[in-house]
Amino acid sequence: MEPGWRWELSPMHLLRLRRHTQDDDTLSPVLQLDTFKMAVHTPVPVAELLLRRLEASDGGLDSAELAAELGMEHQAVVGAVKSLQALGEVIEAELRSTKRWELTAEGEEIAREGSHEARVFRSIPPEGLAQSELMRLPSGKVGFSKAMSNKWIRVDKSAADGPRVFRVVDSMEDEVQRRLQLVRGGQAEKLGEKERSELRKRKLLAEVILKTYWVSKGSAFSTSISKQETELSPEMISSGSWRDRPFKPYNFLAHGVLPDSGHLHPLLKVRSQFRQIFLEMGFTEMPTDNFIESSFWNFDALFQPQQHPARDQHDTFFLRDPAEALQLPMDYVQRVKRTHSQGGYGSQGYKYNWKLDEARKNLLRTHTTSASARALYRLAQKKPFTPVKYFSIDRVFRNETLDATHLAEFHQIEGVVADHGLTLGHLMGVLREFFTKLGITQLRFKPAYNPYTEPSMEVFSYHQGLKKWVEVGNSGVFRPEMLLPMGLPENVSVIAWGLSLERPTMIKYGINNIRELVGHKVNLQMVYDSPLCRLDAEPRPPPTQEAA
Amino acid sequence: MPTVSVKRDLLFQALGRTYTDEEFDELCFEFGLELDEITSEKEIISKEQGNVKAAGASDVVLYKIDVPANRYDLLCLEGLVRGLQVFKERIKAPVYKRVMPDGKIQKLIITEETAKIRPFAVAAVLRNIKFTKDRYDSFIELQEKLHQNICRKRALVAIGTHDLDTLSGPFTYTAKRPSDIKFKPLNKTKEYTACELMNIYKTDNHLKHYLHIIENKPLYPVIYDSNGVVLSMPPIINGDHSRITVNTRNIFIECTGTDFTKAKIVLDIIVTMFSEYCENQFTVEAAEVVFPNGKSHTFPELAYRKEMVRADLINKKVGIRETPENLAKLLTRMYLKSEVIGDGNQIEIEIPPTRADIIHACDIVEDAAIAYGYNNIQMTLPKTYTIANQFPLNKLTELLRHDMAAAGFTEALTFALCSQEDIADKLGVDISATKAVHISNPKTAEFQVARTTLLPGLLKTIAANRKMPLPLKLFEISDIVIKDSNTDVGAKNYRHLCAVYYNKNPGFEIIHGLLDRIMQLLDVLPGEDKGGYVIKASEGPAFFPGRCAEIFARGQSVGKLGVLHPDVITKFELTMPCSSLEINIGPFL
Repeated sequence: MEPGWRWELSPMHLLRLRRHTQDDDTLSPVLQLDTFKMAVHTPVPVAELLLRRLEASDGGLDSAELAAELGMEHQAVVGAVKSLQALGEVIEAELRSTKRWELTAEGEEIAREGSHEARVFRSIPPEGLAQSELMRLPSGKVGFSKAMSNKWIRVDKSAADGPRVFRVVDSMEDEVQRRLQLVRGGQAEKLGEKERSELRKRKLLAEVILKTYWVSKGSAFSTSISKQETELSPEMISSGSWRDRPFKPYNFLAHGVLPDSGHLHPLLKVRSQFRQIFLEMGFTEMPTDNFIESSFWNFDALFQPQQHPARDQHDTFFLRDPAEALQLPMDYVQRVKRTHSQGGYGSQGYKYNWKLDEARKNLLRTHTTSASARALYRLAQKKPFTPVKYFSIDRVFRNETLDATHLAEFHQIEGVVADHGLTLGHLMGVLREFFTKLGITQLRFKPAYNPYTEPSMEVFSYHQGLKKWVEVGNSGVFRPEMLLPMGLPENVSVIAWGLSLERPTMIKYGINNIRELVGHKVNLQMVYDSPLCRLDAEPRPPPTQEAA
Repeated sequence: MPTVSVKRDLLFQALGRTYTDEEFDELCFEFGLELDEITSEKEIISKEQGNVKAAGASDVVLYKIDVPANRYDLLCLEGLVRGLQVFKERIKAPVYKRVMPDGKIQKLIITEETAKIRPFAVAAVLRNIKFTKDRYDSFIELQEKLHQNICRKRALVAIGTHDLDTLSGPFTYTAKRPSDIKFKPLNKTKEYTACELMNIYKTDNHLKHYLHIIENKPLYPVIYDSNGVVLSMPPIINGDHSRITVNTRNIFIECTGTDFTKAKIVLDIIVTMFSEYCENQFTVEAAEVVFPNGKSHTFPELAYRKEMVRADLINKKVGIRETPENLAKLLTRMYLKSEVIGDGNQIEIEIPPTRADIIHACDIVEDAAIAYGYNNIQMTLPKTYTIANQFPLNKLTELLRHDMAAAGFTEALTFALCSQEDIADKLGVDISATKAVHISNPKTAEFQVARTTLLPGLLKTIAANRKMPLPLKLFEISDIVIKDSNTDVGAKNYRHLCAVYYNKNPGFEIIHGLLDRIMQLLDVLPGEDKGGYVIKASEGPAFFPGRCAEIFARGQSVGKLGVLHPDVITKFELTMPCSSLEINIGPFL
C-alpha cells in the first residue's frame, strides 16, 4: 500500500516551486506542475542515461545537447532532470536560456529538397517547358520569380503554343539550401546578419529562446537511483533490504496530520492550574456544590446589612421557588441578628431592625464567600481551634447588565487562611506568593471597602502591555462581627482574597469577548486550538500592537 | 462604588496647590480613592449624545473620583478636600458644634400616622450660609449622592432642604390620604393633589424610580409648616414654596426615613459638610423633633465618640512596629483625632460625626494601616502549617474530564442558568416535572431557571458551531440543580456528566462505547451484581422511541443514554442525528 501523504504536492510545496522559478518567464507555474508530475512518471532509463553521461562528462552537460545526442525530446530530458532534482543532492541543475536559430517547417523542407527556385531550374529540360505547365509545379510560382531574378532562366513569349521557359545557365549553386543546411547543422553563426535576416523574411528561419538545464554532479551524486522506496516496511526490516534501498525524501514543509483527539476547555484548564497552585500552597478545597444559597449565608453571616445595595433585586437573582431557606442554625442566627441590630463583640453594629424573613430569602449565591462562611462556621464548631487554609473556585451569579466582559454567571476564586495572630503583612505575603505562581510579580495594594473585610485591600499588578496598574484581585481580613458570632476564638484572624477566573483567562488567551469563552456561543475552534495553560510562562506576543 | 465628579481647578484651589494628573492619581491610590476618569462636561455630553449637542458645553476639566461605599464624608468636594488636607497634615480636622439658636428653636412634630409608612424624621438648621453657584451645585449634588447610596434610592432616608425664611415653624410631619394632599411641587407652576402627582411622575425619568416606595400605601408622608404650607412629600418631591436658591441664607433640613440610624448619619453628613460656609464656620443650629410618644430629641446629634485601642493591637493586626505616639499621629491623619493615654500603650481615638463607618476597632486598625501606607508594610508569610485536601467530588471531576478528552470528546462550558423552554418544552417535558428552581427576578428569559440537565447547553453549543467539521463530540461535567426539601435551602446540586455525539449517523454505539469507557475508568464492572452497571431499554420524551436506555450502576439509576428525538434536534436548531449520555457521578465517589 502507498501510505505516502508526504508525496502529495501540498499547496505550500507548489508555492516554493513557484518562488524558486520566478525568474523563469517562459514557464508558467502550471507548466511547472505538469513538468513535475511528468518527472515523477519518467521512465528510469532516461534519468539513468543522464547520470551515466554526467559521470563521464567533464563538469556537466546541457539538457538540450543531451536530448540531441540521445535523439529524444528535450522535454523528456527535462523531466529526468526534475525527477533527479527531487531526490535531493544527486544532481545540480541550473536553468539557462539560450537564443537559437531554427528552421521553420518550410526551411526544413528546403534544406532537404532544395530551394523552390532550384527545384524550378531542375525541372526545366533543355528543350524548355511551357510556362503554364511550370506554374502548376509545387514550387512553381515562388521558384519561377526567384529563378528569374537570379537570371537562371528566361521566358520566350513568342513561342507558338504560348510562353515557354528555358534555362539560361547550365548549372547553378543552391545557396539558400546550403545556408539552411548550415543552420540545421548548428552553424548558424557562419551566416551573416544580412543572410539570416533575409531567410527570416522568407519565413524559413526563426529565432527561438531555448530553456535548458546545465546539469552537474550534486554532493550526493550516484548513478544508482534505479528505484526509490517511499516508506520503510516490515518486510524491509525483516529482510534487511532497507540497507540497500534508496528512500524518497520527505517534504518537511508539508503540515502534519493533527491527531484525532478531544480537548479541554481553556477556562477549565486555567481552573485546574489555580487548583494546582492552591494545593501546592497547602490549601484545602471547600465544598461549593450549592448554587442556591440563603440570604443568611450569602449576606447576613458576612455582616452585610440587609439594606446593602448588593441585596437589591437589581444585583441579585432571588428565587421564586424554593423562595425561602427551610432551616437556619437558629442559635447562630440570633447572634448574627444581635450583631447587626445592636452590635456586640466590640462593635457598634448597624443599628437597624434585622429581619429573619429577609435572611431566609433564597438566592443564587453572589459569591463563593458564602461557602467560605459555611466552612468557617463548621470550623468554629470544632474545638479546639485548628488553623486552616481553604480555597474554592466555582460559579457565582449576578443579576447584572451584560456586556463584552460581564456575564450573569462567572467563576470566583477564593483563598482563606485562619490562624492565630494573622496580620495584614501576612495577607500581603500570601498574596505575593500566590501571584508569583501566576507569573505576576509586580504588586501594589490599594485601600478599599468591602462590607465583610476590614482592613480591605485591592490588589493591583503592573500590566506590561497596557503600561498601567490593573486590578487583579480583592482581599482583606474578615471582620470580627463576622467571625465572633460563628464562635471562632477572639485572637484568630482570617485573611482572604478573591478574584475572577474569567479575567485572567481572557488575558491569558487574548480573548476580548467573554461569550467566545464561556457559554454555548463558544468558538469550538478556539477550544481545539488553545495551548496548554502555563500561568507562570511568558504569554505569546499579541498578533497586533495592543492599544494603550 | 460611588463616583464623585469635581472640577479639577476648584479642587486644586481648595487644596491650596496643583497636582499633575499622575500625582493626584497617586495621592488617591494611597488614600483609598481612585481617580477613575479625567473628563469635562463637553466630553461627557459628546460621548452620550454626540458632538452637536456638546457644542457650547463647558470644557472645564472634571475629575471623576471613586469613593469607598462607606465613606459618606467624601461624597462632595468639601469632604474630599477636608479628608485629603487632614491626611497631608495641612489642616487640623475641624470640630463640628451644635448650637442653640438665639431665638426659638425650630420644631418638627411627628404624628403617629407616619408610623406605618415612614416613621422617622430628624432636622437641623444651617444659619447664615453663603452659597456661590459652585457651592450650591455641590450641596444639591451631595444630596443626590446620599440618596443613591446610604439612603438606598430614598427608600431608607429622603432629604428635604428648604429656605427657612419662607416658612414658619413649628413643622408637622404627618401622613395623609393622597387625595387630601395638595401643593405646588418643585418646578411646577400649579398645585396638584398627591394622586395627580404620582401619575405625572410616572413619566418623569428621575422621579419615577422612587414612586414605588409609597405608591400603594393608604397614607402618604407629608410635612407642613404652621401655615399649612407643604415643605415636602417625602420621599418624592419638595414643595416649590420653600425651594432654596443660591441666595438662600438659612436652610431648614429634614431627613425622613425608615432607618433612624441612617437618617441621623445623613443629617450629620450634610450639616458637617456645608456648615463650612456658615457665618460661624462648622456650627449647626439645633432643631427639636417631637416624637408621637411626646418625647423630644435635639438634632443633629454630631456625636463625638471615644474609643480606646491598645497600640500593640494595631501593630499586631497590621504587622508593623510603630510607637503608640506614631500610631496616634497616623490615626489623626485619617480624621480620627488620637492621643496616647494611660500606661503609654493605650490610644484614645475620637470618632467624629463624619466617620459613621468606624464601628469597630478593626476600622481603626485599617485607618492606621492606610496612613502608614499599605505598600510600606513588610510582607511576611504566616507559619500556618496545613495539609491540603481536594474536595472529593471535584477531584473525581478533574480526573474524569482529562480521560473524557483522551476519549476524543471536547469539553464545553455552558451556563447554569437558562430558560424554562430549554429544560422543558424543547426536551418534550413539562416544566412542573423538572423539579427546577425558579428565579423570581430574571431580566430576560435566559435566566428563568437553574438547569436540571446539561444536555440543552451542549446542544446549544453544537447549534452555535454548526460550521465545524463533523462529527462533533462534546462533553461537560458540571452541576445541575434540583429542588430538594431535605436540604437547608430546599435545593441541591448534582454533579452530572453529559456527552453528545453529532454526526450524519446517530452513533449510538459510540455513546454506548463511551459509557463503557467511563465505567471502566470508574472501575465499575458490567453486570448487575456487586454494584456493576447495566443498561435497560427505557423511554423518555427527549429520545427516539426504542433508542433509549436507562443506566443502572451501584444499585441505582444513574442516568440515560440514547438517540435524541428528531423533535428535540429540530427544536435546538440542529439538522443531524445525535445521541447523548447523561449520568450523575455522585454515586461513584
